[in-house]
Amino acid sequence: MNVVSRGFVGRRRDRDPRIPPGQYPERDFPVLSAGPTANVPLDRWRLDLTGADGTSRSLSWADLMALPSERITTDIHCVTKWTKLDTTWRGVPVRTVLGDVGDARYALVHSSGGYTTNLPLADLVERDAWVAFEYDGRPLHPEHGGPARLLVPHLYFWKSAKWLSGIELRHQDTPGFWERLGYHDYGDPWREQRYAGDG
Amino acid sequence: MSVTAAGEAPPRPGPMPWLRARLDDAWLETRVARTLVLDVPGWAGNDAGQHVDVRLTAEDGYTAQRTYSIASAPEPGRMALTVQRVGDGEASPYLVEEMRPGDELEVRGPIGGWFRWDAAWPEPVLLVGGGSGVVPLMAMIRERVRAGSRVPFHLVYSVRTPDLVIYTNELFALSRTTPGLRVDRLYSRAGLPDVARPPGRLGRDDLPPVTATAVPPRVYVCGPNGFVENATRHLQDLGHDAADIRTERFGPSS
Repeated sequence: MNVVSRGFVGRRRDRDPRIPPGQYPERDFPVLSAGPTANVPLDRWRLDLTGADGTSRSLSWADLMALPSERITTDIHCVTKWTKLDTTWRGVPVRTVLGDVGDARYALVHSSGGYTTNLPLADLVERDAWVAFEYDGRPLHPEHGGPARLLVPHLYFWKSAKWLSGIELRHQDTPGFWERLGYHDYGDPWREQRYAGDG
Repeated sequence: MSVTAAGEAPPRPGPMPWLRARLDDAWLETRVARTLVLDVPGWAGNDAGQHVDVRLTAEDGYTAQRTYSIASAPEPGRMALTVQRVGDGEASPYLVEEMRPGDELEVRGPIGGWFRWDAAWPEPVLLVGGGSGVVPLMAMIRERVRAGSRVPFHLVYSVRTPDLVIYTNELFALSRTTPGLRVDRLYSRAGLPDVARPPGRLGRDDLPPVTATAVPPRVYVCGPNGFVENATRHLQDLGHDAADIRTERFGPSS
């Protein structure tokens, strides 16, 4: 039983079943970044893909645009407690970008500016995940990770790396930036896996 | 789950527990911001700049969680939060206007391994705060004083109007009595009659260039997103390396 805070009433709205435990709905789109916003010109944009065997290839912006993309409507959940419902994006499925992944089991995702985050590879290729480049019908703003960010809506949003610059496939799990600083290795909002040791 | 060479799984950390916190003292810093001093048995302490999750529970079991920066220098068993009321907020109106000494809530933490300062670090420190973004920066200033650190500290603190300045007396007194601590206040909407700088948004001239200290400083920027975007752009124009700038943003994007 939680400790009751005398006099606290809270907002009495019907719980929306789309909002995970400990989250609240947010109409705006807050920006959270550990450092300055990266500005990556499209003519210099690259996405480096490295296989678990060390082989690598690199996509240009034109290469990404040549791949079939999808329009996405989804809910997103930030570990800082806000949930934004019905956000709309356009992106290329990660499985399309990666192609054959061999026997790799994990991914370490890289961003311009040095940010990293880790995911089981199945969460990128067997679940819905995209390299997203439009938000709300417009090119993705740099504050929100443009030109292109990862979009993995079923995990807390720090896993959806902004300013995507590389996906490195690995045999072993390697913690990324926030995962080394006390945040959960996996980050499932429905199990409230916010910090190391949760759920 | 990775397995070590010896075949043993590494120990899993336990979850951070929710701790019972009792309001010991509280005061208004401004009409809309209140400092809450909490007694938290079992709280081991934290680093300056870190935050906590706060959980409020109503009589019928309804709960709300929010995250707040710790304002006090680290101290076992105790912490101060400074909360600014958000107009249509769910938790902040209770914390600023309703909660009384003796009332309880729960905290979990400390959280945030990035936006933090340790008194053992030798580099100079540049703090840039917008509005209630001064709170984690104040924790760093208080920690510098508590630890007797001598590293140069420079706070550039932007607020809309003078009546919204948090910690106004403490900052004034500390800036007069603490060698190596410089505090610059500026007003973006309306200032004071005896302030030479006209009110306006934080500009490049309000910030020190990277050459202002013998070695480049660690830079901490905290405030609403628009403020942080503007400040980090100016800082990079002034030669500060993006890798030396740590940001913490709150509130909606514009």
